[in-house]
Amino acid sequence: MSDLREIYQDVILDHYRKPRNFAVLEQASHHAKGHNPLCGDRIDVYLSVEDGVLQDVSFQGAGCAISTASASLMTEAVKGKGLDAVQSLFETFHRMVTQPEDDAQGVDLGKLEALAGVRELPVRIKCATLSWHTLQAALEQQDKPASTE
Amino acid sequence: MSRSSTIRKSPMGQSLGDSPTLDVEAVRREFPALSQTIHGHPLVYLDNAASAQKPQPVIDRVAKAYAEDYSNVHRGVHSLSQRATDAYESARETARGFLGAARVEEALFVRGTTEGINLVAQGFLRPQLAPGDEIVISTMEHHSNIVPWQMVCQQTGARLKVAPIDDRGDLDLGALEDLLGERTRMLALVHISNALGTINPVHDIVAMARKRGIPTLFDGAQAAPHCALDVAALGCDFYTLSGHKLFGPTGIGVLYGRYELLEAMEPYQGGGDMIRSVTFESTEYNVPPHKFEAGTPHIVGAIGLAAAMDYVTNLGFEAIAAHEADLLDYATQRLQAIPQVRLIGTAEHKAAVISFLVEGVHAHDVGTILDHQGIAVRAGHHCAQPIMDFFGVAATARASFAFYNTRQEADRLADGILKILEIFD
Repeated sequence: MSDLREIYQDVILDHYRKPRNFAVLEQASHHAKGHNPLCGDRIDVYLSVEDGVLQDVSFQGAGCAISTASASLMTEAVKGKGLDAVQSLFETFHRMVTQPEDDAQGVDLGKLEALAGVRELPVRIKCATLSWHTLQAALEQQDKPASTE
Repeated sequence: MSRSSTIRKSPMGQSLGDSPTLDVEAVRREFPALSQTIHGHPLVYLDNAASAQKPQPVIDRVAKAYAEDYSNVHRGVHSLSQRATDAYESARETARGFLGAARVEEALFVRGTTEGINLVAQGFLRPQLAPGDEIVISTMEHHSNIVPWQMVCQQTGARLKVAPIDDRGDLDLGALEDLLGERTRMLALVHISNALGTINPVHDIVAMARKRGIPTLFDGAQAAPHCALDVAALGCDFYTLSGHKLFGPTGIGVLYGRYELLEAMEPYQGGGDMIRSVTFESTEYNVPPHKFEAGTPHIVGAIGLAAAMDYVTNLGFEAIAAHEADLLDYATQRLQAIPQVRLIGTAEHKAAVISFLVEGVHAHDVGTILDHQGIAVRAGHHCAQPIMDFFGVAATARASFAFYNTRQEADRLADGILKILEIFD
């Protein structure tokens, strides 16, 4: 059961039960919907971008512990960052959850590292990345909902 | 489950009074996949409604067919082709007997239930549909009994009518009957619901349809592993099943069709084996069932499916039904004793399928944590999104039992759910 605790660790469960920045952002400059057709998870990501900086970010939706916690942790991680930094954070995060541990770069991802155990669960990786894909879609102002498929 | 399903006497000839029993431990030893461990725990396989494990006799029969008796069918004059043809056509006779069809030509080999339904939608229904005609299904259908009809509606201007279910997951028979009208050209329903376990009263439904001259099709994917079939006594026009849910190979299934209808139908696909003669000006089609089996069929799949049908028939559906009813009762009690568990689908007549929600925990987390305890369940919408919408949930976890499951495994499931609650506490 040890590896289970690694996945469902306290920070994940905490962010699942009490998701941060869980609201509609009224003055959002960017917004996108995300959908994981495999499990039916749906998410809305709202952004307020000013001068190339993500001033504010929020999300709403219904999903599993991994997708909800990942979205919540993401909002904390990206708020106040420049768009280039957000992009590079996404790439590092994506590597962490998709690539073998040895290949992971030695970048400190802070609280986001709570999601590292997801790499052992190939069918759940999309749960962890849905909010990030939706964030990207919002930045790119895509009309179509972001999808994990 | 006997009252509302198509039950005939057990092939072993036992009467109900003898209460036939299964030697479950002996049966389990015949399924090699069941003896493995997952994440260090003995596997508890409760995803049978998605696909069932295979017994050694089926695995051996498939291996023998490839190793000793393999060639193409209906073509060669040589001995191997003859042996393969004999085995393939003998498999058809087994399928006829399993379904209770009157004629062997009424058993068509298809890829599975999905292809069976598509074949009927395109080959039988499409040529006779006019704009405004109606096809009746129900809320509890699998996507495979929704989408093929939607497609034929788009092609012809026909309309899809959906009979409602109640909050236990029972079909509203009154509402269904009200939907059957002058323009109804097909009534297509699931026999046993994959997501809810509901066993539909197919005899009553056929009576309703026949009174009005409406053709009927049943999706028997979930029924075939659990109850004896007798399509002739049932009087339906089409009935289709999948081999892989019946402990047989993937990619093979059977469509039963009433001979008169098959004879009048257009072919589903064109190619070899489905023709009598071909010139560039015209082609004369073969007779059923060959008219519907274009190209080289899944020869060994059919042979393996026949072995699976023999295997299940030898166990006896009375014994299977009695064991599964006990498992359903026991597992239902264990799960209902957990206050945070909500069952989705509590029909009066149910197969051993339990869809459930764990309060505060998403179905996918339920699935992942159970898997780490060696317990395989399905988590998701079960290819039945309209049912999920009806119950207002995005996904459920589903434990579906087969005759090789045990009460101890139901205990493991209940204990596994308690473990989830511990983690999420």
